[in-house]
Formats: sequence, C-alpha cells, structure tokens
Amino acid sequence: MAPRLKLFLPLLMFFVMAIFLFRGLSLDPQAMPSALIDRPLPDFSLPVLGQERLIQREDLVGEAALLNVWATWCVSCRVEHPYLVQIGASGVPIYGINYKDEDVAAQRWLTELGDPYRANIVDKEGTLGLDLGVYGAPETYLVDAAGLVRYRHVGVVDERVWQTILQPLYQQLVAEGVGG
Amino acid sequence: MITRVMCLMLLLLVPGSAIAVIETYEFSNPELEQRYRQLSQELRCPKCQNQNIADSNAPISQDLRKLLYQRLEAGADNEEILEYMVARYGEFVRYRPRYDGVTAVLWLAPVFLLFAGIVLALLTLRSRRKSEAQPDALSAADEEHLSSLLDKSENNS
Repeated sequence: MAPRLKLFLPLLMFFVMAIFLFRGLSLDPQAMPSALIDRPLPDFSLPVLGQERLIQREDLVGEAALLNVWATWCVSCRVEHPYLVQIGASGVPIYGINYKDEDVAAQRWLTELGDPYRANIVDKEGTLGLDLGVYGAPETYLVDAAGLVRYRHVGVVDERVWQTILQPLYQQLVAEGVGG
Repeated sequence: MITRVMCLMLLLLVPGSAIAVIETYEFSNPELEQRYRQLSQELRCPKCQNQNIADSNAPISQDLRKLLYQRLEAGADNEEILEYMVARYGEFVRYRPRYDGVTAVLWLAPVFLLFAGIVLALLTLRSRRKSEAQPDALSAADEEHLSSLLDKSENNS
C-alpha cells in the first residue's frame, strides 16, 4: 500500500467503529426474547386465589388470552393495574399469575384496586414462573387458542404498549382462533 | 499492643461483601459442590444482565441456585441442567454459549484475529529485514545528480 494511503487507516478505523457504536445506540440490551415463543404453555396445577380449587393448563387453553404475572410487592404492577382493569372490562380474557405473593395481601389488592382477572393462579413458590422463564414482574404473555405462547412483554402494560403491540397481536390471535 | 492495632486495622480491610454469604447448601458429595460452583459461575442472571447467578442477590438468582442444587442432587448431568435452563430463559443464560451458526463468529473470531496478527507481524518483519539488508543505495544517475547539485550550491556560496 502506498505510504500516503496508509495515513488514512486511522480514519477508516474510526468510521468502522463509529458505525458499530452508532448501531449500539439503538439496541436495547434489556431486550430478551422469551425462550417459550411459539412453544406450548407449560403444564401446571396450582390453586386459584380465594378458592378451594386447582387450576390446570387445560382450563386456560381454548381461546386467546393474556397471562399477567403480578405481585403486591411489585411496584410497577400497581402502575399497570388500572390499565389492566380497563382492558379486562373491554372483554379481553386475562388470567393472573400471583407470583411469590401472600394470598391475603393479593386479595386485598384486588378488592381495593379492581379485579380484571378471570382467575388468579397462586404461584407461591414461583414454579410456574420458572417454567415460563419469568425474571421479574410484571410480565404479560399472550397465549393463543391452541395454548402456544405467542408473545411476552416484560414491564408495564400501558396504553402505548397495548395499542401498538399487544392489541394488534391479540386481535390476530382471536381471528386465527375463529378461523382454525 | 502494636500488633493488636495492626490486626484490627487489617480486619477493617476485609470487604463486607465477602462476609455476606448468600446461602449455603449441603452437598452429599464434594464433586457435586465442585460442579455447583462451576455451573453457578457459568449461568447468567436473567434479571441483572452482567452478573452470574453465583454473584447475584436478585431473587431470580436465588431461585436458580436452589434449582441448580436440586437438579445436581437429583443426579442430573451438566448438559441436562444447561438444557433445562436454556429451555426456560433462552441462550442468554449461558456465559459460554454453545457453538452453532449464530455463535460461530464469537468462537472463531479470536482464532482468526490471532492468525491475522501473526501473518501481519511476519510480513512487517520480513519487509523491514529486506530494507535493512539493502541500505538506501543511490543509483549511479542519482549520485551524479547529487554531486552536481552540491557543486552548484558550493559555487553559489
């Protein structure tokens, strides 16, 4: 290489690095796709909050539904709760997974803040959470009529998340369920 | 007296975190404990990004350590345990990702870079040796040109 061209090497290296670093600005290091996407919802048999019966995987499967992992110790859950009540009121089936929580505190929460859930699965030991790959409440899963996990959202479900991500997917799953 | 003070001062240097042992498990044999150590360092905490589950205080890491302990005691081998974790938390949980199409770059890049570096170093050394062997000799024409220039400058002064 001509010595003069060699002088441009640092500039070239700078540009290559700049391209990678610039790309890095728009990547979210927290984003972690669920390992369960398009895989069946794991089996479980756990008590229903406030009732004397057990709930199984089969009880949930059959229509597109939301599965919301929450707990009274989870601050962000309190933030998203009013919006979940709103979604539940519009007729979307939501099942709660009460994750590592106290039953009494959870029931008080529901009477005070409203109950958007069809049923709440009591996951005191976090076993279902483990099988789902939950790493921090709140998390919201979208399950289709065939019982496959189709989407996972980590963090608060607010109007923006619901309208831009979850609702379109949910409607697509409902349409699939009717068609199939 | 002085030694006592010195001892106290040394004790102050012991970091508090070293004392805060997270939790302990009783293993039925030392080999399991060894594998527990190794695997808990190799598994990444899903919640806290850049910590392994051995170092992390997050509740999820506690759960995973407990799970790891239970699986080891149940007689699962390392591969089974890693499979189990990956099935739930994705390839993300492995600090030592398995070799496949996506991770090939990760595994092969260091070897490739090392090789490229060696080749580059050899080439540089060789060209340097060559230029040392032939010091910048002037051709006959250049020699003539130079002496004429020198003559000219001497005449001018």
